[in-house]
Amino acid sequence: MATTAVHAPAYPAEYPGEHTGIWSWLTTVDHKRIGVLYLYTALGFFIFGGIEAVIIRAQLGAPNQHLVSAELYNQLFTMHGTTMIFLVIMPLSAAFFNFLIPLQLGARDVAFPRLNAFSYWVYLFGGLFITIPIFFAVAPNGGWFGYQPLTSRAYSPGLNIDFWVIGLQILGVSSLAAAFNFLTTIINLRAPGMTLMRMPMFTWMAFVVQVMIVLAFPVLTIALVFVLFDRFFGTTFYNTVSAGADPLLWQHLFWIFGHPEVYILVLPAFGLVSEVIPVYAKKPLFGYPVMVYSGILIAVLGFGVWAHHMFAVGMGPIADTFFGLTTMLIAIPTGVKIFNWIATMAQGANRYTTANLFAISLVALFTIGGISGIMHSSPPADLQQTDTYFIVAHFHYVLFGGSMMGIFAGIYHYFPKITGRILDERLGKIHFWLMFIAMNLTFFPMHFSGLLGMPRRIYTYDAGQGWTVFNAMSTTGAMIFPIAMLFFIYNFFKSRRSGEIAGSNPWGAGTLEWTIPSPPPEYNFAKIPTVTSRYPLWEGREPDQESARINSQTGKTAEELGIVIPYSTIKPLFVALGMVIMFSGLIWTKALIAVGAAMMIFSLYSWLLSPLEPEHH
Amino acid sequence: MDTHATTVPDSAEASLHAPTSEVEHPHPTWSTYWKVALILTIITVGEVWAYYIPSFVASRGFVPTLLFLSALKFAIVVMFYMHLKYDHRLFRVLFTGPLFIAALTLLALMFLFGHLFIHIT
Amino acid sequence: MATAAHTSTVVHTSAPTHHHYTTLGLDSRKVAIWAFIGSECMLFVSLISTYLIYKGRSVIGPLPHEAWTDPSTGQVFKPILNIPVTSASTFVLLMSSLFMVLALAAVQNKELPKRTRGERILGNSKLWLFMTALAGTTFLGFQAFEFTSFVHEGLTIRRNLFGSTFFTLTGFHGAHVTAGVLWLCTMLAIDYRRNLTAKDSLLVDICALYWHFVDVVWIAIFTLVYLIK
Repeated sequence: MATTAVHAPAYPAEYPGEHTGIWSWLTTVDHKRIGVLYLYTALGFFIFGGIEAVIIRAQLGAPNQHLVSAELYNQLFTMHGTTMIFLVIMPLSAAFFNFLIPLQLGARDVAFPRLNAFSYWVYLFGGLFITIPIFFAVAPNGGWFGYQPLTSRAYSPGLNIDFWVIGLQILGVSSLAAAFNFLTTIINLRAPGMTLMRMPMFTWMAFVVQVMIVLAFPVLTIALVFVLFDRFFGTTFYNTVSAGADPLLWQHLFWIFGHPEVYILVLPAFGLVSEVIPVYAKKPLFGYPVMVYSGILIAVLGFGVWAHHMFAVGMGPIADTFFGLTTMLIAIPTGVKIFNWIATMAQGANRYTTANLFAISLVALFTIGGISGIMHSSPPADLQQTDTYFIVAHFHYVLFGGSMMGIFAGIYHYFPKITGRILDERLGKIHFWLMFIAMNLTFFPMHFSGLLGMPRRIYTYDAGQGWTVFNAMSTTGAMIFPIAMLFFIYNFFKSRRSGEIAGSNPWGAGTLEWTIPSPPPEYNFAKIPTVTSRYPLWEGREPDQESARINSQTGKTAEELGIVIPYSTIKPLFVALGMVIMFSGLIWTKALIAVGAAMMIFSLYSWLLSPLEPEHH
Repeated sequence: MDTHATTVPDSAEASLHAPTSEVEHPHPTWSTYWKVALILTIITVGEVWAYYIPSFVASRGFVPTLLFLSALKFAIVVMFYMHLKYDHRLFRVLFTGPLFIAALTLLALMFLFGHLFIHIT
Repeated sequence: MATAAHTSTVVHTSAPTHHHYTTLGLDSRKVAIWAFIGSECMLFVSLISTYLIYKGRSVIGPLPHEAWTDPSTGQVFKPILNIPVTSASTFVLLMSSLFMVLALAAVQNKELPKRTRGERILGNSKLWLFMTALAGTTFLGFQAFEFTSFVHEGLTIRRNLFGSTFFTLTGFHGAHVTAGVLWLCTMLAIDYRRNLTAKDSLLVDICALYWHFVDVVWIAIFTLVYLIK
């Protein structure tokens, strides 16, 4: 740990200078502050989606309960899925993309700072657009995958599905805009010497994820456009089989997007864990190149497995065989990652901090979810499991046990870099263990209730089918989550105010983001470093000592250093707002479409015709 | 999107010495451009002509021929007018990668909806 | 993508043209527009796939290449696609691509001396930007004519699957052309306001890449929708 001995001066846990107050947050184009906005917003939605889950579990805690009506139950499970996928896990990943990618690359910001702000505001407005209806009992109610023809106007005449279609359309714009931005950043803003094969694994996985978003989201856009046209203009893309239409087209298009989406949700968590485990093991990541290639292979194969969600529709032996085989194949690169994490820990120093505990729990829990996933890859077995709670157990093990545990590992690991203070370890460990117990107590019994035949998406059930005890267990587990989250929230705000001061590198990590103060100055790097290895801070690798020293000790402002910082601007927010108003005109009144479009186009031109930053000298 | 739309990049070497293409290949010129346009026009005329020959339309060769000609036009425009042939190979990767996945997805969907068949003997 | 790993071996082939340091010496806007174009490939393939999946599955006419008689009324609907008109609009769009490359070349060679009248015409970026936008607008005019005549002949977006898929696919393409024309007009306005110079080639280049992409999408649509029966 040669250079970790460099001590940074302690900074207050605030961004310096005039950059405070609500206006500064509305106009910021700083990737770090946008990352913080993503983090707070997504954690807010996480609590919201969690409350929905708790109500769902309370309803299912015992047979024949009527805590909520069947209709409200439909809205709850639809919004729980939609919220957790589009408003929680993807944006939490985006929070880390924003905060970490430029820091890990040695860049001063993302390639398009204002586009970055735009992505966030579209996400926020789109998230509110799709969330608020539940308070008026008109929330989407067709499941997060909105199967046709249920979601056609004939079977869902209300506004519920309209909110869902338009909301997802808006959120897709946010994801795509962010993906082009991060993709360009990773390709083009790497510091000198930061070759692709020296990039930290989180940034690598982020790179893979952006490529998947760029390719998968347009398909969702078009699939949703067809729903929109069917519902608003009376076309027959999915409905009216007598007119020759085929509802299966929706399933195919949706899952061409939907399966890559699964990897979009989990690969960022894999990346975070690949940062966390080596730091506490004090060993470089085992098999770095293989980790990279397996990530790429997952992305490529991820586009060739979609129809395994559809074995039950009867696609014929050739298609079943093909998609069964590709699904089994994709388990190989995923398994490689599991083994590499284990090999990284093997004979490592392994400090069991909260971050590391969350990371290790990902390795264990994702493996359970992965194994049940391989069970579904066999079409005959899948026919028994599809649409049962066994599937619910499977995807909660990969999305909660995988994505969320990895994200919590990332939060505990990077909180010091974001705020300058360390999260309390004692509270953190209570949070971890409660969450670990809750997670397994909730989702493991679902394997059994599912195999005993309990279907998904039923709002209640009769006693005497053998499911009662498993449902009681799941509900008990679900009630522990809020307690765990209370510990986390308390810890979050307490540590943010009065936690232990972190310094630039509290964990003794080896990558570039730890060479700069915590929280980083707005320009990130006083001197852009030259990279010569994967872990520039770890000894024996000729670290760029000079820039590390300058970067960790700087207390100067951007002006003093002559670094050009982009102007703050409100325009991206107005473009986003105009776009959302335009879309919402489809639901309320056509006049809003014109108003929103005018606002969007005017703000967009105003944005494009104004300079990004002061003239360079 | 995010950089100066009206203001001029001010680094001096950005002007004459560095045209858009960063790679030291000869850039296509006027003679290339009009020849490409001529070829594209000839192919298009050929395509429309073929459409009006009933015996050819009925033959097995019609669809593959048209697909080939269309792909040829596509490739010519991409290589010469979008100057992918002369440009940094990163751009080739950024375009052909998605195009490849898109083409495979199209083929898979054609198969799944019964427009293509795999014969197992 | 798998192949992206290979770019690690690429060294800086020349000085960055933009005043910020970039790894590959490329302008980020150009990287982004190519990523955007890659994304658009998936967008249009989704639309084209849907058109092809539903090809021949409309249960009532009008149909693209075949005549159709309404069994209840005996009304005969002719094959609806108008190949001569669309061939003309296709040619116009192809020519717009030629004008576009000339516009880009004119901006790139702005500082070169113009000796002959031909060189002066070829070097007139305003002329070629205008011609490109004009050709694009002409294409849109053809499309508006086509759409209205189809509606008069009884084909609406809700009439049958052909109508739904046809209008959505070509409508999406038309929307892209419209955005491209707006973009070209913006470039033209900038050129009039402060004369584009060789330093601005990148602005025209990314606009041109988008424009040509919209053109190649039409090349695919023309064959798959109009010519193949």
